[in-house]
Amino acid sequence: MKFIDEFRDPHLARVLVETLREHTRQHIRLMEFCGGHTHAILRFGIRALLPPDLEMLSGPGCPVCVTSSAGLDHAIALAHIPGMIVATFGDVVRVPGSRESLQNARAGGSDIRVVYSPLDAVALAEKNSSRPVVFLGVGFETTAPGVAASILQARQHGIKNYFVLPLHKLTPPATKAILDGGEVKLSGILGPGHVTTIIGTDAWTFLSEQYGVPIAVAGFEPLDILRGISMLVDQVNDGHARVENAYSRSVLPQGNRTALAIMNEVFETCDAEWRGLGVLPGSGLRIREKYAALDASKTFPVSLTPSHEPPGCRCGEVLRGILSPVDCSLFRHTCNPENPVGPCMVSAEGACMAYYQFGEKRLED
Amino acid sequence: MIELAHGGGGRLTHELISHLFKHYFSNVYLDLLCDAAVLPRPKGRLAFTTDSYVIQPIFFAGGDIGKLAVCGTINDLSMVGAKPLYLTAGYILEEGLPYADLERIVCSMAETAKEAGVEIVAGDTKVVERGSADKIFINTTGMGWIPSDRNLSPGEIRPGDKIIVSGSMGDHGMAVLCQREGLEFNTSLVSDCAPLNSLVEAILSRHSGVRVMRDPTRGGLATVLVELAQARGLGFEIEETSVPVHEGVRASCELLGLDVFYVANEGKFIAIVSPADAEAVLRTLQDHPLGREARMIGQVVENHPKKVVLRTVLGVRRVMEMLTAEQLPRIC
Repeated sequence: MKFIDEFRDPHLARVLVETLREHTRQHIRLMEFCGGHTHAILRFGIRALLPPDLEMLSGPGCPVCVTSSAGLDHAIALAHIPGMIVATFGDVVRVPGSRESLQNARAGGSDIRVVYSPLDAVALAEKNSSRPVVFLGVGFETTAPGVAASILQARQHGIKNYFVLPLHKLTPPATKAILDGGEVKLSGILGPGHVTTIIGTDAWTFLSEQYGVPIAVAGFEPLDILRGISMLVDQVNDGHARVENAYSRSVLPQGNRTALAIMNEVFETCDAEWRGLGVLPGSGLRIREKYAALDASKTFPVSLTPSHEPPGCRCGEVLRGILSPVDCSLFRHTCNPENPVGPCMVSAEGACMAYYQFGEKRLED
Repeated sequence: MIELAHGGGGRLTHELISHLFKHYFSNVYLDLLCDAAVLPRPKGRLAFTTDSYVIQPIFFAGGDIGKLAVCGTINDLSMVGAKPLYLTAGYILEEGLPYADLERIVCSMAETAKEAGVEIVAGDTKVVERGSADKIFINTTGMGWIPSDRNLSPGEIRPGDKIIVSGSMGDHGMAVLCQREGLEFNTSLVSDCAPLNSLVEAILSRHSGVRVMRDPTRGGLATVLVELAQARGLGFEIEETSVPVHEGVRASCELLGLDVFYVANEGKFIAIVSPADAEAVLRTLQDHPLGREARMIGQVVENHPKKVVLRTVLGVRRVMEMLTAEQLPRIC
C-alpha cells in the first residue's frame, strides 16, 4: 500500500466514470466545497471525464481566499509595528489587502517569516525572546487545532512573546450561508476530506436534515473524488439525501476528538467576516479569555482605516460558486499568479489559480 | 572565522588564496596568480556562461552550495553541446562564516571540478558585514568549446521527435525544501546535484540525432518544456505516467500540495531527439550511472503549436503552463 498509486488507478477510474455516465440521467449540479478538490479535479483532468450533465462548481473552501480584506489589513498593520515579527503560512504573504500585501510590507522593511507549522512560529518566538512574534491564524478546522496547540505549548513553556491573530473560519456555517443565499441551486456537496477528518461526518447531518441536500466527504486522489461524486449522483437518483463517507481511511463520524478538544480548549466560536459571504454568525474562532494574553488582536491595538476589496475583483462571486474563474474579465490578462488582483489567484487552494495553472480548455483526442 | 579583512586585499586575503583556493584548485593557470588567467585558444566555437548561487541551507543532502555552483555552470555549458574547460569562482562571504564551512565548500568545488575534468582558473573574494549576506554567495563563470559538428538549438526540433528525460524529477528541490523547513519524512530525500558533462558527452559523441537539450532547474520540467515548445512553435505531448519520480519525492510533493513538474532539478536534462535515434540515445543514457532512470516521456507534434499537453494518469489531456509564481504549500 503506497496510498498514492492505488487511488490513481486508471482502470478503476474508468469503471467509476462509466458508472457515473450511466447513472447521470438529469442535470446534476454539485459543489466541491474545498479548494484542494478544485485543484485535484483540474490537475488530473477529472472534469473532462464527467458526463456533460454533471456540473461541478467551486466553493468557498480556500482559507486564504475567504479571509476578508479587513483581516489581512489587520495582519499588515501588525507587521508595521517596529520590532514585530509576523509568522505566517506562505499563501498569505502575497494576497493583496486594501492597500498593500504582506509582501509589500516585507519589502518596506517589516519582518515577515514564512513557516510551515504554527509550532515553528513558537520556536521562532523562543529564539527571538526580546521581540513579539505574531502568528497569523488563518485556516479552517484543519489548521485551528495546530494553532490551538501552539498556544498551549507557548503557555506551557512560559514563552511570553508568542501571540496569535485569530482569523480562523468554520466550514459548516459557510455551507449553510451558500444554501441560504439561494444564488445557486445545488444537487449535492462534495465534502472536504481534511476538514471532516477533524470535525467528523456527524457535523454535516444538518445538510440532509435541514436542507435535504446530499453530501459525500471525499479525499483528494482521483478515485476518492470520483467515488464521492458517484455517491452523490446515486443519492440524487434515489431521492434520499444523506451524509456519506468516501474517505473512510481518514474520516470518522465523530471526527478527531483530541484535535477538537484542543481547539475547544483555546477557541470559542464568534461571528466572522468572510470574503464574498459577509459576516456569518458563529463562523469564526476567537481566543478564549483565559488565553487572552496570547491574543494579538487584544495585545497590540492598531488603528485600522476602512477596508475595501481590490477594485474590479470578483473573488467573492467565485467563492460563492456563482462565477467561474474563466468568466471573470480580469482572469489571465489583468489578474494572474505574477500579478494577482484577488486571493483566489494566489493561494494553492484558490480556484482562479487552479484554472490558470491547469488550463480550462478541453483538448479532444 | 571569516573576518572583513579576509576580503581586504591584505595579508589575510593572501593567506586565504594560498592556503585555501590555490591549495584546493591548483592548476597551471591559477597557480601563476596573475590578475587574469592566460589560457590557450580552444579548438572550436566558445560557449560562455555565468550564474550566481544562493541557497539555504548551504549544506544539504546530496551536495552543498559549492558543488551546486560548479555543477550548475558545467551543466549550462553542456546543454549547448560544449565541453566545459574552465571556471572562475567569485565569492561573497558574510563576516563570521566559519572557516571550516568555507573550506568544506571549496574542497567540494575542487572535487566536483576534478570529477568533471574542469579547471577553476580565476577567482575573487569579498567579505561583507554580518547581516549583509546570507553566509556565502558564489558566482561561477564557465567557458567551454563546442565541436564544429554540433548545433543544438530549438530551431532543430521537428514534428515526430521524441522527448527524453535523463532521470527522476524533483529530487533537488524537495531535498532542499524539506531540509530547510525541517520537514522530516520516513524516506530520505537527496539532491540530484551532479555535473552532467560526461553523460552529455556519452550521447553527443555517439548519436547525431540530438536536437536540443535543457536542464530543468528552477521552474522544473514543465517550465523548460513550455519554453522549448514556444521557442520552436510546435506542440509537445507528455505522458504523466512516463515521467520518473522517486517515491519519496512524490509523497512529499503530495503532502505539501506541490506539483513535481515545477520542482527544481540540478542533475537532470531533457533531450529532444530524432525518432530514428531516440531508442539508441535512451540506451546510452541508461548505460551511464547518471542516466540509469532515463525515460522517454513524450513527443513533438504539429497540433496545438506552442502548447505542452500532458496526458494525465487518468488519460485526460490538459495544457501545462510555465511556473508563474513560486509554488506555495497548501494550508488545508
